Amino acid sequence: MERIPILRMGDLLLVTIQVDMHDRLAMMLQDDLTARIVKEQAKGVLIDISALDVVDSFIGRMISNTAAMARVLDASTVVVGMQPAVAITLVELGLALTGVKTALNVERGMALLGKNYL
Amino acid sequence: MIAKNDDANRIYILIRESEAEILEEWIAILKRQIVRFDAAGEEATRRQCAQLLGLFRNAIQSGKADNIDGRDWDDVRHLLSEISQARARQGSTPSETATLVFSLKQPLFARLRIELAKKPELLAEDTWTISSLIDKLGLYTIEVFQKSRDQIIARQQQELLELSTPVVKLWQNILALPLIGTLDSARTQVVMENLLQKIIDTGAAIAIIDITGVPTVDTLVAQHLLKTISAARLMGADCIISGIRPQIAQTIVHLGVNLEDVITKATLADAFLVALERTGSAVHSGARN
Repeated sequence: MERIPILRMGDLLLVTIQVDMHDRLAMMLQDDLTARIVKEQAKGVLIDISALDVVDSFIGRMISNTAAMARVLDASTVVVGMQPAVAITLVELGLALTGVKTALNVERGMALLGKNYL
Repeated sequence: MIAKNDDANRIYILIRESEAEILEEWIAILKRQIVRFDAAGEEATRRQCAQLLGLFRNAIQSGKADNIDGRDWDDVRHLLSEISQARARQGSTPSETATLVFSLKQPLFARLRIELAKKPELLAEDTWTISSLIDKLGLYTIEVFQKSRDQIIARQQQELLELSTPVVKLWQNILALPLIGTLDSARTQVVMENLLQKIIDTGAAIAIIDITGVPTVDTLVAQHLLKTISAARLMGADCIISGIRPQIAQTIVHLGVNLEDVITKATLADAFLVALERTGSAVHSGARN
């Protein structure tokens, strides 16, 4: 069964979405990620969606919710590498991901997290 | 159908017999009716008329005077489209273009009257045939004229879109987007796509949207701006709005548009300073050591 891998790096968790997101996969990611944050006592989460070029309202909401859940568990969350088409779609859907940090690429995202949790 | 063929044949013979005279009369009428008619224009018009009359004669010889969509009329339609498109480009009015075709009626009717003076029934019949035929050709000309005008307008709109949305790189990691003209949905879409693509291409962290050239900001324009800013933020770039004129500041507040989450500056220079600071650069004045 396909799963989205969650990598640990110090007290950071890295999630890179490299496959087409479908609804079940997104639900599973939410479960896995929240469980891992609690287990590893992670202080930061970086979600890389640079390979994601299509989103619908459900996936958009899942991204937004996943980031919000991570924040509730006291891990700063950065969503990085969003494609222009995805950004436009999310804005048109009214999902502006307020309160979630964003960065252009993984490097900038790491810098953002590094400043915040150290 | 036989009657039609007879009509067509009579008209064909009529034109063939006195083609030169018809042409002269036609051009004389055009000269009277179209005011702008210089020497070069006359030469061109004369050539077009002669060609058109010739093709018209050939087409009518085929005997199908009731249907100009048929293959026999291909040449005539082709020439009419050419004339009509050329005139649309030169900026002629639709009525001038239509007059070119419709004014062929008068010399033809004059010929018919002389030729068929003794046979009023035939005269009425042929007059009707020619009249409806030329009406159709005239309408066809107008249609092509309209289409060419529409194409010109569409092309200009496209050019305007391309002209008015440059994204320029001001500094390392800093982009500027000087907006000029009113923002509508189509333009916002282009602006947004250009900006986001440029953010990816240059890896910029800050984009300055300068609205000095935007004449008015209503709720719709403000909403378009906010959407662009949200989309840029989702990709990890911050936006600064600059170039807000006093009247526009007043309008924004009166309309109740919420720009509180956005950094706004009065001038592009101020915005640039903020952007430099954010990206860790600075401008120093004074002598170099």
